Amino acid sequence: MSTTTPPETAPGLGLTAAAPAAARPRATRRRGERGPLGTVLLHVGLVLASLIALVPVAWLFFLSLGPEKDDYLHPGRIFGRMGFANYAFVLQHTGFFDWFKSTMIVALGTTFIGVFVAATTGYAVSRMRFPGYKPLMWVLLLTQAFPIAILIVPMYEIFGELGLIDTYWALILINCSTAVPYSAWLLKGYFDTIPFEIDEAGRVDGLTPFGTFFRLILPLARPGLAVAAFYNFITAVGEVAFATTFMLDDSKYTFAVGLQTFVSEHDAQWNYMAATAVLIAIPVSVFFYLVQKNLVTGLTAGGTKG
Amino acid sequence: MTVAIDRATGRRSGERPPRPGLGQRLKNGYQRYWYAYAMIAPVVVVLGVLVGYPLVRGFYLTLTDANSLNSARTIGVNHIDATYKFIGLDNYQDILFGPTAYDRFWSHFLWTVFWTAACVTLHYVIGLGLAMMLDQKLRGRTVYRLLLVLPWAVPTFVTVFSWRIMLADSGVLNQILGALHLPQPQWLEDTFWQRFAAIMVNTWCGVPFMMLSLLGGLQSIDSSLYEAAEMDGASTWQRFRHVTLPGLRSVSSTVVLLGVIWTFNQFAIIFLLFGPTGAPDAQILVTWAYFLGFGQQPRDFAQSAAYGVLLLSILTVFTSFYFRWLKRNDQLAV
Repeated sequence: MSTTTPPETAPGLGLTAAAPAAARPRATRRRGERGPLGTVLLHVGLVLASLIALVPVAWLFFLSLGPEKDDYLHPGRIFGRMGFANYAFVLQHTGFFDWFKSTMIVALGTTFIGVFVAATTGYAVSRMRFPGYKPLMWVLLLTQAFPIAILIVPMYEIFGELGLIDTYWALILINCSTAVPYSAWLLKGYFDTIPFEIDEAGRVDGLTPFGTFFRLILPLARPGLAVAAFYNFITAVGEVAFATTFMLDDSKYTFAVGLQTFVSEHDAQWNYMAATAVLIAIPVSVFFYLVQKNLVTGLTAGGTKG
Repeated sequence: MTVAIDRATGRRSGERPPRPGLGQRLKNGYQRYWYAYAMIAPVVVVLGVLVGYPLVRGFYLTLTDANSLNSARTIGVNHIDATYKFIGLDNYQDILFGPTAYDRFWSHFLWTVFWTAACVTLHYVIGLGLAMMLDQKLRGRTVYRLLLVLPWAVPTFVTVFSWRIMLADSGVLNQILGALHLPQPQWLEDTFWQRFAAIMVNTWCGVPFMMLSLLGGLQSIDSSLYEAAEMDGASTWQRFRHVTLPGLRSVSSTVVLLGVIWTFNQFAIIFLLFGPTGAPDAQILVTWAYFLGFGQQPRDFAQSAAYGVLLLSILTVFTSFYFRWLKRNDQLAV
């Protein structure tokens, strides 16, 4: 995009108008350089995009400071009476800490089980070719395509029979079923970038494949594991459909369900909703920024190696 | 210890000595591959139990007339057994060709296809544009990148509520439009604008993933290729067309496929933007199926599951064609 450099506006062009104009710019400009206009356009574009990315979140924060639930209709009124009353209310008089606890149990449970299970599979498909390899890869991809509609009804029945409705296990297991295949894929890409010679060295030293995996490969794959863990975590935190359907007791709601309770058909307490949303968003975004450098490499490893 | 560490030693059937007997083959296979099978066993078990079994059961459900009135349920201490019965392919017949087929299935199908195509195109084009801008040498690059991944960092269900507030009838967006003397659409009531809003919000949520993946892809392109192209006198457009795009092929093919699958099945955005029962015409097939199964009384489990089977078939067909197309164009990285 930004390489579209504007036509060279060299000063004194008029004097040398007779010279072959087409050859001039290439002679004076090297690769990677752009005119000042190009830089300005680049910044304008990026600032604009950043604003669009930022505004909905910032707006939520702004509304969370206003005391009335209708303040979103008259944002100007908020300025005079900003405060953190909504936050105090949410923390003291709603199920916020219950929701926090459920979300953490579900998300961390999904992360631990999911990453462990995905890591061994990722390693196996990265290093070994065995009968059934192709179908396995195909299934891993296809489970991404499973619409909740096909699983949610039978799972509701099955969990109902097992007495798992309204338990954390139900959500952890379901989240694993969606997060594990993609994590395995992601980790396969990451393991592919670790030289095979390391495995061979381990083998020469008498380690079994399991030993190689646990002692040599896992420590080396830490950034990849971090990405997979993060993916599992946000998938579990952000899951809406199953959490809405399977969690009946309001002390077991996850954030995704709890947040909906502020907005019922009859009444919408947007101010409390906004405050809760900000409380949820802050730790998650901080966590995100801590791992986002790894995220680029992790995603790319998975992406380029397929 | 002959676990196939080396990929080059794949099966090469032509050069093998005569095959040993079945028992011997099984034994050999077991010795060769048991590590691999032990390692994939957890995933196979998890997927088999949590996806395979419900899938089979869900498929059976589509052949019955199950709903919340005749399914097994417990009311207080009384357990009532399921009384639904097998009705064959009637559900599919009804969904695809029944009297309400257009209103309920085909109109949603068309909208879902349009939604997927529009969203993935927007994700890819905007994501690529931003990735190329971020790939430049530029002051403040890190800050821009941090700001631009924000929509991804904050959980979707949080930001969708924020959009809902902004898009409300007298919300901030319409106030701004009003101040500029522009028309103020009823974002959350009018079918056209509901669809417009849904695509807009989903685009906003989905661009960061594309942007980061493509940025990684751009950074892995060898810069000497650009220099060579420039030496040969390639214009900016030609460099983009013949160096950048081919360099991104493997990343693109992966993220576009994932984008299509994820967008096609995108549940949270539409469900939360319009509420559980709102906007019947802006529902895509997934949310519509959820509505049939859980949003109405009595809950129609059988039809909901039948929608699920149809959705999965559509995606499976799409994915196999997509792979075939990639293979034909030699773009497959796997």
